[in-house]
Amino acid sequence: MHTGSLLLLVLTLGSAVAAMSLRNLVHCALCAAITFLCLAAYFLALSAEFVGFAQILVYVGAVAILIVIAILVTRDIAERGEPLVFKPWILGVGVAVLVAGSLVSAVTSSALARDPLPPAPTATVEAIGEKLMTHYVVPLEVIGLLLTVALLGAVLLARPQKEGGNRP
Amino acid sequence: MMSLQSYLILAALLFSIGLAGALTRRNAVLVLVGIELMLNAANLNFIAFWRFGPHPEALTGILFALFSIGIAAAEAAVGLSLIIAIQRHYQTTSLDRVDSLKG
Repeated sequence: MHTGSLLLLVLTLGSAVAAMSLRNLVHCALCAAITFLCLAAYFLALSAEFVGFAQILVYVGAVAILIVIAILVTRDIAERGEPLVFKPWILGVGVAVLVAGSLVSAVTSSALARDPLPPAPTATVEAIGEKLMTHYVVPLEVIGLLLTVALLGAVLLARPQKEGGNRP
Repeated sequence: MMSLQSYLILAALLFSIGLAGALTRRNAVLVLVGIELMLNAANLNFIAFWRFGPHPEALTGILFALFSIGIAAAEAAVGLSLIIAIQRHYQTTSLDRVDSLKG
């Protein structure tokens, strides 16, 4: 393994752990953005350029900013000295370690994963667009509908509450 | 260049880190970040299987990852607005204080 890919691996896992364990929530959001950026680098290394740039646009550009805004809006002063995690935190971490162990043992024991690297496939934007417009046109429309509904729902949920009104 | 196995192990580790965060953190925003990490790990699996799979010209892994990114964006928007609504109602984002369904 090269030094570069080792560095990327350490950065990915380290920023993911930091995003889940730091005390300052803004630092957590920024570490999560670094993790998303590292995953985009992996997508580029796997010659899925379109998904890599979509990942940068959607995750690093939109979702990370949305998370930072939500943290700043919901900042809770009273929470300063309180614990970060639920009391029996060892239970949650134990479940996660169990899941990690079973997944890694399943991956390492399978013969599938030892194939040599095939030649780089070409996933041009033209080919992706053609697939989206022909074979996958129904899922594409459904995603458009879902995003519209999510937009309306988000606006409705975060709307300021009227005095005396019985809003659901 | 890494092998398929190392990509799968990396995705499994990322998934578990996200799961640990989503299960243990008290702040609702951090739980959402953990869920996003898990979704991203699944996307890495899709792309890795597409790259190493027998029929890359079908582009199935890429298209599934794109749709999953779209779903994750919608989920983040609705989840964060839910958190803002809860914060307005209960004046907190700690999940252990939000434990009753009725007001």
